[in-house]
Amino acid sequence: MSKKEKKPAVKLSGSSIKRLLKFLFKDYPVALCVIGICIVTTSIIGILPSVYIKTITGYIQEGLASSFSSVQGKIVNTLIIMVALYAVALISSTVQSQVLARVTQGFLHKMRTRMFAGMQKLPIRYFDTKNDGDIMSHYTNDIDTLRQLISQSLPNLISSGFVIVGVLAVMLYYSIPLMLVVFVGIFFMALVTKKVGGNSAKYFIRQQQSLGTVEGYIEEMMHGQKVVKIFCHEEKAQEDFDKLNEALCSDMTTANKYGNIFMPIIGNIGNMLYVLIAFIGGLMVTSGGFIPNISLENLFSTGNMISALSIPVIASFLGMVKQFTGSVGQVSQQINSVAMALAGSERIFALIDEAPEEDNGDVTLVNCREENGSLVECEERTGIWAWKYPATEEFDSPKLVRVSGDVRFSEVDFEYEEGKPVLHDVSLFAKPGQKIAFVGATGAGKTTITNLINRFYDIADGKIRYDGININRIKKSDLRRSLGIVLQDVNLFTGTVMDNIRYGKLDATDEECIEAAKLANAHSFIMRLPNGYNTMLDGGGSNLSQGQRQLLSIARAAVADPPVMILDEATSSIDTRTESLVQRGMDALMKGRTVFVIAHRLSTVQNSDAIMVLDHGRIIERGSHDDLIAEKGTYYQLYTGAFELE
Amino acid sequence: MIKRLLKSVREYKKASILSPLLVAGEVVFECIIPLLTAGLINNISRGCGMDIIIKYGLALIVLAMFSLLFGVLSGHYSAIASAGFAKNLRRDLFEKVQQFSFANIDKISTASLVSRLTTDVSNVQMAYMMIIRVAVRSPLMLIFAFAASIIVGKKLAWIFVGIIPVLLFGLIIMMAKVMPLFKSVFKKYDNLNESVQENVKAIRVVKSFVREDYEIEKFSSASNQLRRDFTRAESILAFNTPLMQLCVYTSMILISYFAAKLIISSGGAYLDIGSLTSMITYSMQVLMSLMMLSMIFVMITMSAASAKRIVEVLEEESTIINPENPVMSVADGSIDFENVSFKYSEKAEKSALTDINLHIDSGMTVGIIGGTGVGKTTLIQLISRLYDVTEGTVKVGGRDVRDYDLEVLRNEVAVVLQKNVLFSGTISENLRWGNPDATDEELVRICKLAQADEFIQSFPDKYETHIEQGGNNVSGGQKQRLCIARALLKKPKILILDDSTSAVDTKTDALIRNAFRTEIPGTTKIIIAQRISSVDSADLIIVMDGGKIDGMGTHEELLKDNDIYREIYYSQNNMGGDNNE
Repeated sequence: MSKKEKKPAVKLSGSSIKRLLKFLFKDYPVALCVIGICIVTTSIIGILPSVYIKTITGYIQEGLASSFSSVQGKIVNTLIIMVALYAVALISSTVQSQVLARVTQGFLHKMRTRMFAGMQKLPIRYFDTKNDGDIMSHYTNDIDTLRQLISQSLPNLISSGFVIVGVLAVMLYYSIPLMLVVFVGIFFMALVTKKVGGNSAKYFIRQQQSLGTVEGYIEEMMHGQKVVKIFCHEEKAQEDFDKLNEALCSDMTTANKYGNIFMPIIGNIGNMLYVLIAFIGGLMVTSGGFIPNISLENLFSTGNMISALSIPVIASFLGMVKQFTGSVGQVSQQINSVAMALAGSERIFALIDEAPEEDNGDVTLVNCREENGSLVECEERTGIWAWKYPATEEFDSPKLVRVSGDVRFSEVDFEYEEGKPVLHDVSLFAKPGQKIAFVGATGAGKTTITNLINRFYDIADGKIRYDGININRIKKSDLRRSLGIVLQDVNLFTGTVMDNIRYGKLDATDEECIEAAKLANAHSFIMRLPNGYNTMLDGGGSNLSQGQRQLLSIARAAVADPPVMILDEATSSIDTRTESLVQRGMDALMKGRTVFVIAHRLSTVQNSDAIMVLDHGRIIERGSHDDLIAEKGTYYQLYTGAFELE
Repeated sequence: MIKRLLKSVREYKKASILSPLLVAGEVVFECIIPLLTAGLINNISRGCGMDIIIKYGLALIVLAMFSLLFGVLSGHYSAIASAGFAKNLRRDLFEKVQQFSFANIDKISTASLVSRLTTDVSNVQMAYMMIIRVAVRSPLMLIFAFAASIIVGKKLAWIFVGIIPVLLFGLIIMMAKVMPLFKSVFKKYDNLNESVQENVKAIRVVKSFVREDYEIEKFSSASNQLRRDFTRAESILAFNTPLMQLCVYTSMILISYFAAKLIISSGGAYLDIGSLTSMITYSMQVLMSLMMLSMIFVMITMSAASAKRIVEVLEEESTIINPENPVMSVADGSIDFENVSFKYSEKAEKSALTDINLHIDSGMTVGIIGGTGVGKTTLIQLISRLYDVTEGTVKVGGRDVRDYDLEVLRNEVAVVLQKNVLFSGTISENLRWGNPDATDEELVRICKLAQADEFIQSFPDKYETHIEQGGNNVSGGQKQRLCIARALLKKPKILILDDSTSAVDTKTDALIRNAFRTEIPGTTKIIIAQRISSVDSADLIIVMDGGKIDGMGTHEELLKDNDIYREIYYSQNNMGGDNNE
């Protein structure tokens, strides 16, 4: 638990949010304009009540001097205008909220897909270095912060901003001195926002980080719960958890404290401001024009900016102060979610910006037909594959080379991390149709070699040729399509058994899939499943045994029918009785293909054409089983070692 | 259910009670302040003197101070209460899971436990915060605002009687439509996240089969479906604002008209000008608090599902509990199975084990062999009481395993599971799970035994090498050897390896077994294996088939008498035989 003690400093820049907005505008230019217009309309109309209340209060005073009927007409006229305006406001706010709901969800969908599409193109290295939980949180927590931002914060900030500016403009119109008093209030509110708001945002982000740590710990412990129990490690686990949980609680409390006290402080600064306005306004009125009011209204009506302050002006001013405070409160409430969205979008863009797998290959894999002894490219699957060189100056038409499965390594070096070489000077050749086995201790570099053939990683030095072509020239997707791989850790997908087999060849018919399952000897256990081939596999097939999963993954590779196969401990979890049954299918599967086999059961590799014994990244012995036994080297020791305890 | 949840409030009871009280205080002031301001405006419009303004002003400032005080305090305490409650809830859940037996964990499933401890707790925490703050605030606000509007507006308050039902009706229809939609949205959301996780885990398969575009399309269509459903739900909720505005606007217009009429016709006696502004403020407050109430209602209903899932865990009784007067020491490493039958759940039709009778002497090496799913793992899990037998008795050291203190038993019976896990931390931290007090020399000695020292020494940081979550940065074989070393550190009387060397090469496997024989001769060793070579030198080999013991004996005996054993043997060695011709 020692590694994550130190929390990274919270540092935010606005650039990611700028970029996010750019994306948003590019995706929804029209909708955003509509929303913008609606927000502005609603906000402007939202400011008007205070103006009309003032007008009506004026009429009432007038009416008090005479009678209701004398002012009724005027009041009704004013109200009709209000009704009309409100109708407009209602329509625009309906449009706004409906369009906004669509834009928000649409944009989230687009961002998710962008992220996912980017992620699919990343090199394996990326997945080696990141843990699953971190990747997942981009799709959950980070995307959620965007939803908050777009559906709530942005519209709120825009409309509150408008109300604030609008109210200030109206204030300016009625009374400049009183507006200056309001500025005093604004100063204090800004002060509070800076202090409390800054802290609040900081702690909210910190809370998110602590939450991530705690959730990560929970995930790890729940998955290892059985081991925890076997080692009676419950108390220690609880102790560590309590520490993290306590830290989270304290961050959460601080964050929420700041968040909660924001509104009361802003609200009550508003109340004070209210009193101040009433006091100064009252002073101005009772002074009977001694302290004059300076306003644009006077300028327009009398041509003179200066006059005595009237009571209706104070009344409407007080209303405006309320509205003003409310809007400032709204803005301040958005600070947390804006800060969180900032952090979230930064992480999202970090994923999107990650450099994709490089692919400069121009040789592609195509289906061919044989016509008059030469290859002709065709659309349908013929079972004959060819590498297609693009047309060059030399050959004006694309050149076709039949895929035969000839793989050669010459003097290949490789390292996962700089300075830590894993493979040294590896040379080997696999002739078409040969079965090549890799034997060696764990960590000797067996899997690494296969990872280089399909270019999950690129070599540091040396050459790899595939049917005489430098594999760097072959388009990665085509290179991999020509290789069938069965890995030790089987990953199945949520879906039916049939779907999982079909993963190898998306357009395979049911019959083809069943044929492949029979070949892999998976058919009989599949038929015993509750719904046969239509049985749903949940959670990556956790309802199957490891051996059954391996059988399925062999079937999956079989249906793909590639010219070259790589079997990396493909049968390690299948018990040997079943393996001997599968072996027949495997033999059928391997027939006519170049096959690379990794296995620690020597019985699996004995009939290989060539066996490479690896040790610390070097090939130390090579030859057929009989050659190696005769050589009495490491292989011989391994082979006899299995029986030494007899 | 609520009672069970409230048990987790504990030391935050004070804060949990204080915050609604303080909120109530805050509301009182928030409602009195407009009353005073209305009075102030009235006085000003009547042309009162500065003395009255000052009097009102001072009163208002005092009230605002109080309101501020209450507001800040309630914010303070409610933050403490809700964060604390969530902490306790998380802690209680975690503690409960620590007590769970394997059967409990199987029943609820790991993935579900994770989401209960994370998402569900967050949901309940939000709801709790809402309840202690807003759920007090809104009804109080509603009552105050309503009462005040009756006092100030008198007859005008009737307007609300007309408008509130409209608002309520609208809200109820909306809620009724939105709730089921949201439920399905959340489920879809979960599925989407699961599929991302699946994809990340299987990225090598995806890339090997060149299915990136297929995966993108699959994801995009799932994400798009989510978008569609979410939009449908949100667009219904989006009617909230216009509905609210409709009510506010209508009441403003009605209030303005009738207030003007009443003020003028009564000559300012029945109603005065100040009342107009305060009535409008109150109307906003009444409708706002109604809307907040409806929101809380939604929140609570949505979190109810989460609360239920949490309570399910809290109320789940561990199927294995410590006996009352436990035996605190294990005599020796002998094991007896007497007429043991076992089912994973009461409802299961088939028994996983039937009628097992078995005696193993202390210090013996026992091999168990048989196909996948025949009950090998089940059998050994009964020894350390990871599950309880359905019928019969399992004895360790001559006593029923149910008589032992669990910790004592499990410390003496070390199991290396098939699906083993390393935790994030250094190698030595992981190894010390077996024995926290082990010295560095001890670690090295044990690791040499488990054939792990060599590769650990080849790492730059040796025993301080950091293991990533799930042990992804060591190979399968290395992981297995670390797990064996971890179990050996316990110095158990019984050591069980459940197919724990499947990824280890044959030579190393033999070395490990050799070390067992010479270094820990007194320990009973049970080895489940696929390879005959892993078990053929054992004192006793058990052949299992279909939940039963098919045969028992030494390698030679079984080779003579047992068909299954013979078949396995020849399937593994026939090629070797061919070559030795």
